[in-house]
Amino acid sequence: MDDPRDAASPARSYEYVEGWGMAVGNYNTVLRPRSVEEIGQAYDVARRSGSPLTLRGSGCSYGDPSCSVDGHVLDLTRMNQILDFDPATGIVEVEAGVTVEQLWKYLLPLGHWPKVCSGTMYPTTGGALGMNIHGKNNYKVGTWGDNTLEVDLVLPNGEVKTCDRERNADLFHASIGGLGMLGTFSRARMKTQRIHSGEIEVRGLSTRTLREMMETIEERKAHADYLVGWIDCFAGGDQLGRGLIHEANYLAEGVDPDPQDTRRVAYQELPPMIFGVFPKEQVWRALYLFNHDLGMRFVNLAKFHAGRVEQMEGGYRQSHAGFNFLLDYVPNWKWAYGRRGRRGLIQYQPFVPAAAAHDVYTELLELCQKRGFVSYLGVLKRHKPDPFWLTHALDGWSFALDFKVTPGNRERLWKHCHEMTEIVLAAGGKFYFAKDLVLRPEDAARFYPEGRLDQFRALKRELDPEGLLTSDTWRRIGG
Amino acid sequence: MSASHAAEAPAPQSKAPRLAGVPEGERRALVLGASSGMGAALVRQLAREGYRVVALARREDKLAALAEACAKDAAATGGEVLTRVHDVSDTDAVPALLEELVRELGGLDLVVFAAGVMPKVEAQEYDTAKDLQMVRVNLDGVIAWGNACAGFFRSQRRGTFIGISSVAGDRGRRGAPVYGTTKAAMNTYLESLRNRLSEHGVRIVTIKPGFVATAMTEGMDGLFWLVSAEEAASQILKAARSGAQVRYVPRQWWVLMTIIKSIPSFLFRKLSV
Repeated sequence: MDDPRDAASPARSYEYVEGWGMAVGNYNTVLRPRSVEEIGQAYDVARRSGSPLTLRGSGCSYGDPSCSVDGHVLDLTRMNQILDFDPATGIVEVEAGVTVEQLWKYLLPLGHWPKVCSGTMYPTTGGALGMNIHGKNNYKVGTWGDNTLEVDLVLPNGEVKTCDRERNADLFHASIGGLGMLGTFSRARMKTQRIHSGEIEVRGLSTRTLREMMETIEERKAHADYLVGWIDCFAGGDQLGRGLIHEANYLAEGVDPDPQDTRRVAYQELPPMIFGVFPKEQVWRALYLFNHDLGMRFVNLAKFHAGRVEQMEGGYRQSHAGFNFLLDYVPNWKWAYGRRGRRGLIQYQPFVPAAAAHDVYTELLELCQKRGFVSYLGVLKRHKPDPFWLTHALDGWSFALDFKVTPGNRERLWKHCHEMTEIVLAAGGKFYFAKDLVLRPEDAARFYPEGRLDQFRALKRELDPEGLLTSDTWRRIGG
Repeated sequence: MSASHAAEAPAPQSKAPRLAGVPEGERRALVLGASSGMGAALVRQLAREGYRVVALARREDKLAALAEACAKDAAATGGEVLTRVHDVSDTDAVPALLEELVRELGGLDLVVFAAGVMPKVEAQEYDTAKDLQMVRVNLDGVIAWGNACAGFFRSQRRGTFIGISSVAGDRGRRGAPVYGTTKAAMNTYLESLRNRLSEHGVRIVTIKPGFVATAMTEGMDGLFWLVSAEEAASQILKAARSGAQVRYVPRQWWVLMTIIKSIPSFLFRKLSV
């Protein structure tokens, strides 16, 4: 009944499969295997139909890494068993479809928390590995891959390879962040964070300029467990880059008098109502009314001033889920960008080495304002390098910008992004494909170290000689 | 920049009114139970409006005749009628068939479930096999197609599913215990789908026809407010376009059924309705 080769199986459906930002999507047959064996069967289905296969977790990448203009999509979400947890070492072992949400809900009552949390709790472990995602603590703990000890990879020939930093070390470092081009992750062993409370100590630091924000984060990063900066991209002149830093720190043992209570999952749940009265499912409709330059200028202004008040009020405690999963507060908030006819949003997130970052981001902010493409949300984070082949991580910063996409602005917006890309690449910057829909093949070739892409392509040819695995991202960057 | 990221060309304009939520110029529909009655009338009207319609039913000869009769009207508006032999009680075939037809049409905007049977049941007849056959078509069929379409429409955040139910689902009358049951179940099922999917841009429309002049009502006594299948079809499309969720056809049935629904059961069984 569940064999993906069987057309009537629930393991198979025909759907519109889109990037999270809704700006790109296609109709595909989706296969949902539940075991290593069924992953192999899904490979066979694609192979026999003569079409390629694209790997997908929860589809949380903004652009096209889990999209394909033709062929089948292998969706990992049904392969979602948590296999093992050792409280002594804090090491958890999961199937690759296990989401960040499942992980934290499982770990928290046991006094642990995922090492790396994205701004949303929906990504799967497999997707997190394929894109090598990071959180607001990247500068401290590294990327998802940095905290992974071992993975199983189902190669296109059906063989399962167990990889870690010693066994199949090249495959380990190439497949993590490898955009799902070498095989399907089926299992992973990961480190977790020991915590002594379900709450985290948070404080807001209002900053009047980009330089002040960056200096503050540099100064705090030796001590803080999490640091993230929000920037009002509408502000100009001597207020360019003004914003609000959130710093968060784990509570030491004994500080929380009743950790059993705060570590309950129910204690963590995000509020079902906004301001106590609006059901949160409907809030995107209110945001929709503000989803234009004037409305967002106002929202950003209001947020900046609220941040100044927040700083004056001092620190406060927040649940881990409340602090980490900001993007999940308002369900489907992306619909405020329009939800029909390839409307939506893209995120543009350049990573720039520490020395050049301030000048590059200043130039980008000014250019956005000049071109009339002001990001409705700007997020600044600090990063550190990691050893993965196609990594975006570096000793520097990232600045994430959200842009609204409409059928009418698409061409101009892409042009604007290309213009920004020139500035970023000239300064030695890099990009992150979970957040990209605009890079051209020549851009990718420029930011990887000499020969790195060729080395990856050679490994892919060896493991996937028939080119079974592909995606629109891979096609775009010259796979 | 690959072609898929280029600016989209504006969709071709069509003169006929469009269904709520469906982009201009995109008109692709499936009609289940299309060989006669309201189903056939809906195919004819959609074809006239420039839809590319796949008409599905069990009877191949009827479908062929329908397609032929529509060919000229459809050609004039850029529409097309395709046919496919399918028994809605063959629920296992539905997912693959939906996939195949969506590929053939190049997308899907509207599905009408008009398949239904109402064999004559005697006053004190309790024939389980006969009753369950009715369940297979009227209920299993709508669930199989409703589920398949729900998943597909939800993924594209767009689409309209019209279920042709009946006033017979509003009360448990003496006359047709299981027919009424299938329609009551269908009403509840469609209401649930609507509540699940309205937030995702998908419309689910429940149509409750009274007496429509089709093979089903032929030879029945005591018919009133009788409308032709063509008239019913045009009211159904109008209801879907107006954003209706539940609509009686013709509309005066709403008054009558509101009264009938309010009659307490102990009185209702004494009345010969």
